[in-house]
Amino acid sequence: MIAELGHAALWMAAALAVLQLVAGALGVRDGEAEGITILSRPAAILQGALAAFAFAALLWVFAITDLSVKLVAANSHSMKPMVFKLSGAWGNHEGSMLLWVTVMALAGALIAAVERRLPERTMQATLAAQGFVALGFYAFLLLSSNPFERLPIPAAEGQGLNPLLQDIGLAFHPPTLYFGYVGLSVAFSFAVGAMLTRSVTPDFARAMRPWVLGAWVLLTLGITAGSYWAYYELGWGGWWFWDPVENASLMPWLAATALLHSVSVLASRDALRVWTIMLGVIAFSMSMLGTFLVRSGVLTSVHAFAVDPKRGSFILALLAIYIGGALLLFALRANSISEGERFSVASREGALVFNNVMLSAILAVVLLGTLYPLLTEAFDVRVSVGPPYFNPVSAIFALPMLAVMAVGPLLRWRRDSFGRISKELALIAAIIVAGLIFFALFERVAILPLLGLALAIALGVASFLPLRGRNLRRLPVSVWGMVVAHFGIAVALFGMASESAFSNEKLAALEVGQSTQVGPWEVKLDGIEPVAGPNWTAIEGRMLASYKGGEPSEIAPQSRNFWAPPQQTTESVLLTRWNGQLYAVMGSEADDGRWQLRLWWKPFVTLIWYGGMLMALGGVLAIIGRVRRDLKRRSIRRKIEVRRADMEELR
Amino acid sequence: MNWRVWLPLMLFALFLGVAAYQLTQPKDDVVASGMIGQELPYFELPPAHSENPGVTTADLRHGKPRLLNIWASWCLPCIAEAPQLEALKEQGAEIVGIAIRDDPEDVAQFLARHGNPYSRIGRDDLSEVQLGIGSSGVPETFVIDGNGVITYQHIGDIRADDVPVLLEKLREAGA
Repeated sequence: MIAELGHAALWMAAALAVLQLVAGALGVRDGEAEGITILSRPAAILQGALAAFAFAALLWVFAITDLSVKLVAANSHSMKPMVFKLSGAWGNHEGSMLLWVTVMALAGALIAAVERRLPERTMQATLAAQGFVALGFYAFLLLSSNPFERLPIPAAEGQGLNPLLQDIGLAFHPPTLYFGYVGLSVAFSFAVGAMLTRSVTPDFARAMRPWVLGAWVLLTLGITAGSYWAYYELGWGGWWFWDPVENASLMPWLAATALLHSVSVLASRDALRVWTIMLGVIAFSMSMLGTFLVRSGVLTSVHAFAVDPKRGSFILALLAIYIGGALLLFALRANSISEGERFSVASREGALVFNNVMLSAILAVVLLGTLYPLLTEAFDVRVSVGPPYFNPVSAIFALPMLAVMAVGPLLRWRRDSFGRISKELALIAAIIVAGLIFFALFERVAILPLLGLALAIALGVASFLPLRGRNLRRLPVSVWGMVVAHFGIAVALFGMASESAFSNEKLAALEVGQSTQVGPWEVKLDGIEPVAGPNWTAIEGRMLASYKGGEPSEIAPQSRNFWAPPQQTTESVLLTRWNGQLYAVMGSEADDGRWQLRLWWKPFVTLIWYGGMLMALGGVLAIIGRVRRDLKRRSIRRKIEVRRADMEELR
Repeated sequence: MNWRVWLPLMLFALFLGVAAYQLTQPKDDVVASGMIGQELPYFELPPAHSENPGVTTADLRHGKPRLLNIWASWCLPCIAEAPQLEALKEQGAEIVGIAIRDDPEDVAQFLARHGNPYSRIGRDDLSEVQLGIGSSGVPETFVIDGNGVITYQHIGDIRADDVPVLLEKLREAGA
């Protein structure tokens, strides 16, 4: 019964999306809120409620393990812990699509309920676009992947007790990225609405900004968490593999980062109108493209997903309609949208534009590298594009971008001169040169990590320079957000460069009782123990690791063998100090009774993920600051209106 | 009319075309290359790994037919084909490897992790040999007869089904 109610709610929500589209479209044509047009806001709100109800129904059937529902029987099990029962609801194709459409409908409802800054026509166009995008996903769900489908005969037990998928990180990593993608879909709807009504104004940018910021924060967190997961779970010692699935999440992030900055310029300076619109379209395109690449299976990846060409065609069709339509609209309207305010090269805007171009170039590099195998396969040539391409080619654009990032926030809006900030420039340059010399003398370091280390330190210092000479207590929260996010980039960059420059690796074959040295660590193999889990057996290496002859800590990496499905995995062990991590992986037994061990000492590697978290924190601060200021501005406007009305009455 | 505003739409249309074409194509199409029947170009590659010697054309010219595997430690499909290479080795094939744009440390890591089925591994830092023998990507596997002539090219990772095919090709090359 609950499943049928959820299914019905989904159909009604789809019908309301049609109403929202039609009412909004009429509103755009007539420019007045009367007749059917007044229904578009209530339709959006009700649609959000119904989608939320449908998702709650899905959670319910998973919570009670209703095995007559096909999706539950295929993906859950009565013995699973509750948290994994619930996360199982979105840990599959149908459920994740329902989650996507639910978040999107709730976002639409929120805009409809609170957004009052935009001209009514732009608002109607935005709601219509939002309804249109949602409609595609409803069609996808209802026509080809119904999550509430019943089995003719209920299953005796569910099939989803795969322990490999019972990972708390895996349960929350995909929804984080999804929420980010949905935030970008809202930005996309705003961009389409503004294009349709030719009303690209600072007010439009202010309405769009919190969504872009929110999406950016979630994408940053999602990528950071995903990278850490790959680092500790795969046991390969690396933290980024330029895998198509990783790239699929990186590309929307790059576009969102560029969009975030250009929307800020538009909001405060009324410049970069066309850029902002274009990036709004591109950011959402990249998240759709990522979904397509991951779900359709056109590219080979280490991430195994349930792949279905029919779904691939459906997503591709949605992609063609939304993105093709938006780009067509862009081509038709771009010439009639003026560029807005002018500015000189040496200005805050100039630096932001430079970095937006660099970000877009990196995006193009990653996009090309990811799609290149797809392109060559059309000519029957299969290739794999890897780090030898991605690392140096993206660095060409990333290094100048990081240098400009250090300087940009010091410049004034509109027009400035480098002479005014010559002291700061000299300081930054001096740190870079000193860093280069120091690290080059210190140890043999390859050129890219060397530049990375020097730039990271300079950027770390420079990110605090905008605070000089200002009253810290009266500084707007959003400026703190910028400082923290930029500092986070410096921290993450330092971690990446340090990991690649100073990592020590040791592949050792030890007998029990022997020890080996990796970097400042001494690791002694104390014993080998067989251990057994619910459906695996493992060889566990008991080791004692001591840092520079200090107190030894016990570590026990495992090499596990699962029975069903038969699969060998490594359970690596990480020993974290403030200045880095010891990473230990257990190998197999050699012929002569010795055991293979892989050990890494990775100085400052944890900074990569701390940096990512700082960036996200900066984004959160920026949201708080912006929303608070907008609310204040709104209440002042209201007061002025009230006073004006009073004056009228007096007259 | 500004033509540049149409550029994104045109690029997107190109992508759509390629993606739609790819979706309709059956995967795993392997098509023979134009290099078949030609002699290997001359090359001399230094070793890419301390435990295996390097590769020269002369090594492939005398004696029995061999497999020449073009791979790299940074290539993901190469991980997928590692068990099949092991299987080929176990069934008597001699496999000579060429590591493309690789680093000895990464090679050592890869081999420690995924096995070392190679009798020799040459190091091709600029893809010169790779291009010379008509390979455009990694992984690819060539059958070289005892006289240094390419008799077969397998493009892409070796799947389990491909193992008997390659063994058959090796036998044909030896006859």
